Amino acid sequence: MPHLDAAYNLARWLTRNEHDAQDVVQDAYLRAFRFFEGFRGGEGRAWLLTIVRHTCYSWLEKNRPAEVSAGFDDEAPAGAGAGFDPDMMAAEGGNPEAIALQNAHRRILNQAIAALPLGFREVLILRELEDLSYKEIARVVDVPVGTVMSRLARARKLLRQSAPLRAMSGLPAAEVKQ
Amino acid sequence: MNCRDAVDLVHGYIDGELDLVKCLEIEQHLGACPACKVQFDQVRELGSGIRSHAVYHAAPPALRARVAAALPRESGSDARAWGWRGTAAALALATLLGLGFGLALLQPGTEDRLAREVVAGHVRSLMADHLMDIASSDQHTVKPWIAGKLDFSPPVMDLAAQGYPLAGGRLDYLDGRSVMALVYRRHGHVINLFVWTQAPEADSGVRSDSRQGYNVAHFTQAGMAFWAVSDLNPEEFKAFVGLVRDQVASAR
Repeated sequence: MPHLDAAYNLARWLTRNEHDAQDVVQDAYLRAFRFFEGFRGGEGRAWLLTIVRHTCYSWLEKNRPAEVSAGFDDEAPAGAGAGFDPDMMAAEGGNPEAIALQNAHRRILNQAIAALPLGFREVLILRELEDLSYKEIARVVDVPVGTVMSRLARARKLLRQSAPLRAMSGLPAAEVKQ
Repeated sequence: MNCRDAVDLVHGYIDGELDLVKCLEIEQHLGACPACKVQFDQVRELGSGIRSHAVYHAAPPALRARVAAALPRESGSDARAWGWRGTAAALALATLLGLGFGLALLQPGTEDRLAREVVAGHVRSLMADHLMDIASSDQHTVKPWIAGKLDFSPPVMDLAAQGYPLAGGRLDYLDGRSVMALVYRRHGHVINLFVWTQAPEADSGVRSDSRQGYNVAHFTQAGMAFWAVSDLNPEEFKAFVGLVRDQVASAR
């Protein structure tokens, strides 16, 4: 199954729920098969992620329309993100290792990413976790390359300003000197 | 460059997405502006924090089974579905053939081994989404970028006029050494041209081969080895290799 991990990772981060992510991924793969003509060898992952993202958006618009536009505006000054992700906390808390102090930083960072508005979260995940180039992200998200860069800038700025991250002293990224 | 421009460009710089000119401009600005330098350091630390601490959600095994079960029902005996499964089958076959090939020959000749490494390098560059370290159609951008990273100055040919535009370059690793890989495009096909220095020996003619559905050709000239590989049709591929060889010869 090509690129299934990448597909699930993106869907999981966008829907913030493992069951919904699985539904979305299955639907996306069925769509991908139907439109197989669009497949280009070598660009397979970005192409598939485009379909996964599209499927996520369709699903969110139908089931959680408020999340699609919540807190997301390319022009507006950076503000607070949407709420925290209880599913993420539950998933992390179930692991005994997560109790270790070191993992507290990790959990808070993950919660802060999950709390980012959808439009900023997706570019950050595609860049940092999927290691896509700006050009590939531009294709997946269907915006100009310049917008990819400015959204990444905003996403990282929002993260650095996020209150729990700032409160953590151990994580270097939490320091915001302004 | 002022701080206003630098705010976003710092991100492109950290992500390795800026062209050479913008890179130099931002480096100059960061050297002169302590405030932006602090921002830069923080963004870079945040990035490494995310990459090492953010959860990568791998697909649960149940999902793999579920999607696999859903697909054949959906697509039936649709020929298009074969494309995908065919790719997997072809890869498996190629692996088997590669294994058999290696076993049968035990000590394959240098040329065979190189040809296999070159094809593997080509496939890897396409599969791993790591086709280019520097994306530029300008030989005067690619050449200095490459030259700063290798111990030789490889030729970077501009073949856009002949219909083979340069797409970029990257560093690769072949035959136990760092080599240059130039990436050219032709009608959506990717051509990887690997170049490295060799012990001085007589220039060789072009030798071609076809492996795992890819055309491979190589020649030695001016103390450098050139290996080209692509899924381009044999005629156009041959024309490309001829053009490269002519340009290298005329540049001497």
